[in-house]
Amino acid sequence: MERSFDLDLDAGAHALSAPPPRAPRARRLKVPAAGDARSLGVKTALAGVSIGALFLLWYLGTRYRVQFYIRFHDVPTPFDVFREAMHTVGSRQFAANVGNSLRRIFAGFFVALVSGVALGLLIGRYRIVSRLLMPAIEVLRPIPAIAWVPLSIMLWPTTESSIVFITFIGAFYPILLNTVDGVESLDGVLLRAGRCLGASEAQLFRHVILPGVLPNIFTGLAVGMGVAWVSLIAAEMISGQYGVGYYTWEAYSLVNYPAIVLGMITIGALGLLCSGAIRLVGQWSMPWLAYVNGARK
Amino acid sequence: MSNTDQGRIDCRHIGVVFGSGDARTEAVEDVSLTVEPHEFVSLIGPSGCGKSSLLSIVAGFTKPTRGTATLDGVPIRKPGAERGVVFQQYSLFPWLRVRENVEFGQKMAGVSRAKRESTARTLLGLAGLLAFENHYPDQLSGGMKQRIGIVRALAANPRVLLMDEPFGALDTQTRTVMQEILTNMWQRFRLSVLFITHDIEEAVFLSDRIYVMTARPGRIKAEIRVPLPRPRTPAMFDTPEFVELVQRLKNLIREESLAAMGSELASGGVDGFSIDMGPNGVEEML
Repeated sequence: MERSFDLDLDAGAHALSAPPPRAPRARRLKVPAAGDARSLGVKTALAGVSIGALFLLWYLGTRYRVQFYIRFHDVPTPFDVFREAMHTVGSRQFAANVGNSLRRIFAGFFVALVSGVALGLLIGRYRIVSRLLMPAIEVLRPIPAIAWVPLSIMLWPTTESSIVFITFIGAFYPILLNTVDGVESLDGVLLRAGRCLGASEAQLFRHVILPGVLPNIFTGLAVGMGVAWVSLIAAEMISGQYGVGYYTWEAYSLVNYPAIVLGMITIGALGLLCSGAIRLVGQWSMPWLAYVNGARK
Repeated sequence: MSNTDQGRIDCRHIGVVFGSGDARTEAVEDVSLTVEPHEFVSLIGPSGCGKSSLLSIVAGFTKPTRGTATLDGVPIRKPGAERGVVFQQYSLFPWLRVRENVEFGQKMAGVSRAKRESTARTLLGLAGLLAFENHYPDQLSGGMKQRIGIVRALAANPRVLLMDEPFGALDTQTRTVMQEILTNMWQRFRLSVLFITHDIEEAVFLSDRIYVMTARPGRIKAEIRVPLPRPRTPAMFDTPEFVELVQRLKNLIREESLAAMGSELASGGVDGFSIDMGPNGVEEML
């Protein structure tokens, strides 16, 4: 009681920092330490074993011409494919195929990204938009992108635009649905906090909803990129000129077996590259996610 | 920070009804209360008495079924920056660093980067958090997050601060420290505060005035002035005045908790057991 009279009114201020600031309990920035280096080594070794086993199985299958229900008789060996790659990969023809596929992917994926995120935000936020658009979307969604190929060829003026359209269809739904889900599951207290800090509806979208939903959007982008490649390759095999899907199917028609496998590996590598790029952009644009504790052990 | 005589909250004959027909629940029945400029007012009462509903009305999140709420004579219709809110749940934006969180309100208001940065750093310094300005919320403890929540609300330069059980999720030690920090901050800024809590000691330690609410439907049962001098210090927890006032409030609340339980039990519910009582509450009742 006496102590309180010792203090004048402003003196309360210096007690503000009374509790000593404690070190944050949660994980700090990830600095590579000895333990991390060791776990990186283990990780790399396991990855090597995993992929090495794949090649070994392939080699053994072709080396001994295994015929056990599945037939390795005409399957090229890893060395055949490597030789094929040596004289194909540098060629202008091959570069044109890869370039065409990438261009189609980027065009379709970009349109899906912009429209999927924009519509997803609106559908998630406004019930009326959801009720107006979701029925049509739900009816169209079960139709796989590949089933759109014939109609798409009729709809669009050029083969090129129809392939891009099919790629778009593949990427669109995962992006849209993940965005909608993100908005709907966004913690309401963040929206309330934003509003009583003076944010207008437009500012809420820009500064609360969009960043809050970004992890879901990136999940949608990763899934959408995968489906976009599936759709693109199918479309190229059926109706394309150029592109790695076309290249792979053409190799089959020309009985160039090593080229089939080379085409497959190229598709896999390009797909890996694209999803890797999305993951990198995601990590770069959401550094805070490194501190959120998930269920990973 | 705030202008001299701004920040008067006036609630008149507020009534809140949820649902209709059989599901109709009268949460709040005819509550009138005021918070004068620079006054720290607490609202306490048993669980479910509608104290959070009242705060939500003043914040502008919900509309009352009856009655009006005004700030400085202007009716409250929607949330606004002139009424800062500190939530019970952690409400920092996890994608923003601590300082960016604190700058949020000023950024929305279009304040220049340099100005809002200096405001944020000053306030974070006062709260002893400047060392953490570049951390993300998920790197911090619960008590720090709530302190930043308070700093963020203050940085938007509100006329009143509305606090909805801000320390409810914290452990006892952290709570005590937070109460001390809050009373020191209030001493400095002298904002009008409407503070919701079910912790009687907390209400007495912080407040100029305390409204005690009845069990549902919530009404004002008593209005009690806290005669303890300012600034408040933890030593006051042991003074006879403090202990006596707490005891008086406990008795008031216990009557209400009993009433709430009686009606819950009568209607077959057991939710009433979650209400807050003194350590001997249940034994005394039975």
